[in-house]
Parts: sequence; C-alpha cells; structure tokens
Amino acid sequence: MTRPTRLDGNVLAGPLSEVFSVDLTAAARLCSVCGDEGVCAQLLVYADGPGLVARCPGCAVLVLRLVRTPHGVVLDLGGTGCVTIPLGEEP
Amino acid sequence: MNLITRGFHGRRGGDPARIPPGQYEAHDFPVLSVGPTPRVDTDDWAFTVTTETGTAHSWTWDEFLGLAQERPHVDIHCVTRWSKLDTDWVGVSVDTLLADVESTADYAVAHSYGGYTTNLPLEDLTDGQAWIVHTFDGEPLAAEHGGPARLLVPHLYFWKSAKWVKGLTLTPGDEPGFWEQAGYHDYGDPWREQRYRGD
Ligand SMILES: [Zn+2]
Repeated sequence: MTRPTRLDGNVLAGPLSEVFSVDLTAAARLCSVCGDEGVCAQLLVYADGPGLVARCPGCAVLVLRLVRTPHGVVLDLGGTGCVTIPLGEEP
Repeated sequence: MNLITRGFHGRRGGDPARIPPGQYEAHDFPVLSVGPTPRVDTDDWAFTVTTETGTAHSWTWDEFLGLAQERPHVDIHCVTRWSKLDTDWVGVSVDTLLADVESTADYAVAHSYGGYTTNLPLEDLTDGQAWIVHTFDGEPLAAEHGGPARLLVPHLYFWKSAKWVKGLTLTPGDEPGFWEQAGYHDYGDPWREQRYRGD
C-alpha cells in the first residue's frame, strides 16, 4: 500500500513565491486555535493532489490551501492565525 | 487453449477506450490525503442523511451492513492523472439510503470524519451511480483509502468519492466543498477533463 506523503512547510516556498515577494516559510506564525508558535516552514503539508494543504503542527487546523490551475493561483490563507514577516532594518 | 485464456481474462485493463484524456493506467492504488488519517471505530461510526428541512436519517454500522449490499465493479479516475480499471467494491447504493428520504433538493454535500467536504448534484448520486462502500478487493477498506467507509462515485474524478464519509446533506443550491472552493472544478467529469474551475 502506498502511504500518504506529509511534508514540511519548506515545500511551500516555491508555490508561494509566485504570489508573494517575501519568503513566507521564514515567517513566524501564531495559531489562533492552539497558540502554537513556529515558523511556517514547520507547517505540516499535504501535497498529494494538484492542490497543497498546510496544517498547524500543534492542532492540525487548516492553515492554507493553494491550487495552481492553468487559469491562476487560488490561495486560501484560512484565517486560523497570523504570520509575522520580518522586514529589513531601517537604514 | 488461447481462446479460453483470452476469454477468462476478458478485457481486464489495458483498454485505451476506458482511459479518459490526460490519464494513465495505474496498477497500484495511490493514497491522497489533505490531513491526518482519521481512525474511526465502527462502534462509533454513523452515517447520516440530513435533508434541506433538517430532518436526519441515521444508520449505525450494523444497521448499514444490514441494508442491501451491492458489488460495484468500476473504473476510477483521479485528478492527479492515474486511472485504475476493474476495481471491486462492496457497499450500499445511495439509492437505498435515500429511499425513505423526502426531499426536493437538487444538490448534496458529502461530509467526512476529519472535516473534508465535497459537493455533487443529487442526480449524480442516484440511479445506480454512487455507493457508500466498506470493502475493496475483498478486504475491509483500509483507513488510508477511506475506511471504514467512503463514498464511491466512479463517473466523476475521485476527489468527489469522499473518504471517511459520515453523511450527506441535501441542499437546494450548490455549495462548493473543500477542493471546489479552492479552485478545483465544481463538477469534475474526467471525460471532459474538468480538473479546475474554468476548464
Ligand atoms: Zn494550532
């Protein structure tokens, strides 16, 4: 039997780079369901289908759905937490 | 004799006319998931049909197994481009489950343990086109493949055949499910390559 593949959030870097100019995998995420704090690279990612699904490593709540279609990228950021994106120091 | 061998094996597999466009024939059974695999004990399992007025019809596992059992022998087609021919299942026709349900709904949403949903027109779930299955290839359906029971709608892409199914909600209007909200095609006919919204 083939096992489902579960990956970490680093696999999101490529698909998200089509949408965002910053690397969200390095961004810190605070889960609004379980309080988990970690970087997006620690998300649990299910990438078996054409779509990607990312879940919180603490409570498995849905964090992100991303589907790359021939017509565009469909992105659902779920609303189950906030990400903090580090910015460069002001000169 | 060759003739007997050919007759015995029939047209099992390898028939290009049975492979929809953009698909290839798979001989294994890939597992696709959108989350952790729910482990549902059959003692705790129930299947519920809820109508648009809120009336609920439920079956326990034993009641479900007591309904008329059918043995669909079908080809299945996954949107990730594999098709699997000549799959054998045992389960209950959705027609049987809806026999005593009063509804004027045109659509249904299948709900799963674990939170997955998918939407279908009711006319694609009836007239011998859909089953709630509990056995694959003579064995109890493995949890990775949706056991204890999954929906089987072989004429649509397999994301419509919800794993770990726990119920159908009948709805007057079309209510997109987990993947349909996120850009998959609302209907998902493999013969028309309806993979994504807009296809
Ligand atoms: Zn969480």
